[in-house]
Amino acid sequence: MLSRRVFLKNGAFAFVSLGFAPAFLTRTAFAGDRSGRSRRLIAIFQRGAVDGLNVVVPFGEAEYYKARPSIAIPRPTDAENGALDLDGFFGFNPRLKALKPLWDAKRLAVVHACGSPDSTRSHFDAQDYMETGTPGLKSTADGWLNRYLQAKREEAAAHEKNPFRAVSLTQQLPRTLQGAAPAVAMNQIAQFGVRAGQRSDEASALFEAAYGAAPDRILAGTGREAFDAMKMLKTADPAQYQPANGASYPGSPFGQALRQIAQLTKANVGLEVAFADVGGWDTHVNQGASQGQLATRLNDFGQAIAALATDLGDALDDTVILTMSEFGRAVSENGNRGTDHGHGNAMMAIGGRVRGGRVYGRWPGLAVEQRYDRRDLAVTTDFRDVFGEILVRHLGLSDTHGIFPGYNTQTTKFPGLFAA
Amino acid sequence: MVAAPGSDPTAEHVLNRIAFGARPGDVERVAAMGVQRYIDEQLRPDRIDDSRMKARLEGLTTIRLSSRDIQEQFERPLMEARQQRKQDQQDGQPSPDMRAMQQKAQSVILELGEQKLLRAVYSDRQLQEVLTDFWFNHFNVDARKGRDRTFITEYERDAIRPHVLGSFRDLLGATAKSPAMLFYLDNWMSADPNGPHMEMVQPVFRRGGRFGTMQPRMPRLPPPGAKNARKGLNENYGRELMELHTLGVDGGYTQKDVTEVARAFTGWTIQMPRLGGGFAFDPRIHDPGQKVVLGHVIKAGGGESDGERVLDILATHPSTAHFIATKLAQRFVSDTPPPALVDRASERFRKTNGDLREVMRTILMSDEFLSPDARGAKVKTPFEFVASALRTTGTDVDVNNAVQYVRGLQQLGEPLYMCQPPTGYSDKADAWVNTGALVNRMNFALRLARNDKDLALALGGPDFQRK
Repeated sequence: MLSRRVFLKNGAFAFVSLGFAPAFLTRTAFAGDRSGRSRRLIAIFQRGAVDGLNVVVPFGEAEYYKARPSIAIPRPTDAENGALDLDGFFGFNPRLKALKPLWDAKRLAVVHACGSPDSTRSHFDAQDYMETGTPGLKSTADGWLNRYLQAKREEAAAHEKNPFRAVSLTQQLPRTLQGAAPAVAMNQIAQFGVRAGQRSDEASALFEAAYGAAPDRILAGTGREAFDAMKMLKTADPAQYQPANGASYPGSPFGQALRQIAQLTKANVGLEVAFADVGGWDTHVNQGASQGQLATRLNDFGQAIAALATDLGDALDDTVILTMSEFGRAVSENGNRGTDHGHGNAMMAIGGRVRGGRVYGRWPGLAVEQRYDRRDLAVTTDFRDVFGEILVRHLGLSDTHGIFPGYNTQTTKFPGLFAA
Repeated sequence: MVAAPGSDPTAEHVLNRIAFGARPGDVERVAAMGVQRYIDEQLRPDRIDDSRMKARLEGLTTIRLSSRDIQEQFERPLMEARQQRKQDQQDGQPSPDMRAMQQKAQSVILELGEQKLLRAVYSDRQLQEVLTDFWFNHFNVDARKGRDRTFITEYERDAIRPHVLGSFRDLLGATAKSPAMLFYLDNWMSADPNGPHMEMVQPVFRRGGRFGTMQPRMPRLPPPGAKNARKGLNENYGRELMELHTLGVDGGYTQKDVTEVARAFTGWTIQMPRLGGGFAFDPRIHDPGQKVVLGHVIKAGGGESDGERVLDILATHPSTAHFIATKLAQRFVSDTPPPALVDRASERFRKTNGDLREVMRTILMSDEFLSPDARGAKVKTPFEFVASALRTTGTDVDVNNAVQYVRGLQQLGEPLYMCQPPTGYSDKADAWVNTGALVNRMNFALRLARNDKDLALALGGPDFQRK
């Protein structure tokens, strides 16, 4: 048996006396272009339709306060509960204060009044459309992130077959990552492996031998990848992970999901697309304002993302963290001090190369005649233009033609999150 | 024990495909009676005594309920509790814990999953169950879309299972009129954009609703000059009906056909959806004008029969015969089925007016299906993997422990009745063979086999993933 040590670029972990290094790992660590650092996208889905108007607050609009007598976020002049002024017109919900330093450092941008051209107010359908990238078309078999992975694989002919290229920190693979390109879902990276109590190693070895001897290409190949991946994670020793730069993740499932994404990122396993989701945004009743239901969720949300950005350190330069939610909520509060399903919403993009410190997108206004269906924030930026810009200008895809079928992506419609 | 491979490869193959794998003794039994006779027998499920199955399902109370009763017993208490909670929150009262009620409402779909698994493991009408799985996927609906969870029990039981070896037109018609499909693909709220109802201030349907109990909502009048003016017409069903249910994506229809089909189906709706109501035709929202579908003129004033005409046109279209034959051959023979076999099955479909028993007979009696090339050519879906593992090991599954396997299917990537896109779960290997899925299958095998190392290895190993 060949015995050797394989150290990774950053020395984060090593293979000691495992006998061999996984094939893709040697490629990731030693082959490929070492000059160009690899870029990655961390996509975060806020399921349930977050109220974008109380996340990035248009405090400069009198109409906002008229429409929301009990749940509006006060103007920044209210030192205790007021919005955190971003640009004199928009402000963060005060419970997002953990993200304010990223805004100040121009690493966080907002795209407001962003969303889908489709009118559905069904969570189910709208999430589907946002994940497939084909609004109005239900039968699209794969997600837009998976189509990106497929396209990029074709672009770089010899793209490594890396089991950790696309990882979702969820129980099931989300719609957006489903498709022909490999992607893996796992709730806990520490639990990814053959589990048989005391006899896990023995069982794992037996299965590995069985799959190694499988006559057919597809099962043998995928089996080998699976065992490579397990070894890699075992060596990475997720239980011992210590976040860097004093980053402190909330103990919530969302915070822990982002912590694991940071860990995979820093382990240099070739992570290119990561996905996490977080629920609890469907605030029909007693939404609250600067305190209350939504504020509590935002507190966790902001702290988790801020911890991720801090933890990534230099790696944030090669990363974009993108937040999205299926649609926004009605401009006016309802009879239960909550908000009903709406239309346009706010997205956030965070990263070292993002031209941050700006709210992008044309602001349509909140007066009744400016609203969509006279009730909701109108959409002035199609979400596909945000996705498209990230794919082209951040991840380096040459064109988004096949990613958003039926949509004419034009760079002129990109919000301008990155230098062209 | 895993059935010894090689004892009778043809019998084993047939059991892997038209049944959910072999139970102990099955291979010998089928080999003794002859595979032709076994296939013949399976093609006539009505002649197979399945009374023992009935007894096994005895403890599952919801699977025999109507949608109306499910609504009444499971959704209504939840709705009322939500109302109460709203009231309490406004009054500053502590709100009732709704978890138990929510769990109870969700138990309906869980029970349906237990039923599906128990039938797959124990029913003697195996082909009928394999085909019920196939056709449910073909006409997929998702329990997570709003109220659809109250409609699906009835949908599978009354619209799908009775027709899987009957007439395709009957099956198509049953799904078209099912509240599950009408709701899932939005046809129930599709309306003539120029109809008199559009003038009404108060719409026919009520609006509002919370995630999970989405309310019927009538498209309202768009504001004058609004850019994204909402139309009353909803094309979702019209499009998927042609793309996924009948002609196939390359079946030769245009966007114009999609719109015309959608117009024909306006008014096909659900009677009092909040009460779990059945199909209803509402002339007030129907577009009465003439339609032209795939070159066929449907005269003005046809009312409800417009939709029936469209189904007739689609069910007899040669593209439909070819599309259905291809999908069935993919399921039963290989991911890339021999074109000659597809042609023969398609021909049989046309000659028999879509008699699915005859189409199945053509496929199952073919040399291609019985050829050694077909053996092991397919990768099992997670459901097939679990069902066949339970069958081959003779594991006792009953109404008390089936739920753990149903839940386990979520981890394996195939939560039952919860496939989001209308395409249904894929039937091809590439959708199911990936690193995470394989690891989960190995772990399932380890749990099922407990301390039997060899058995775990056999079930979780590469050979058993194939069929």
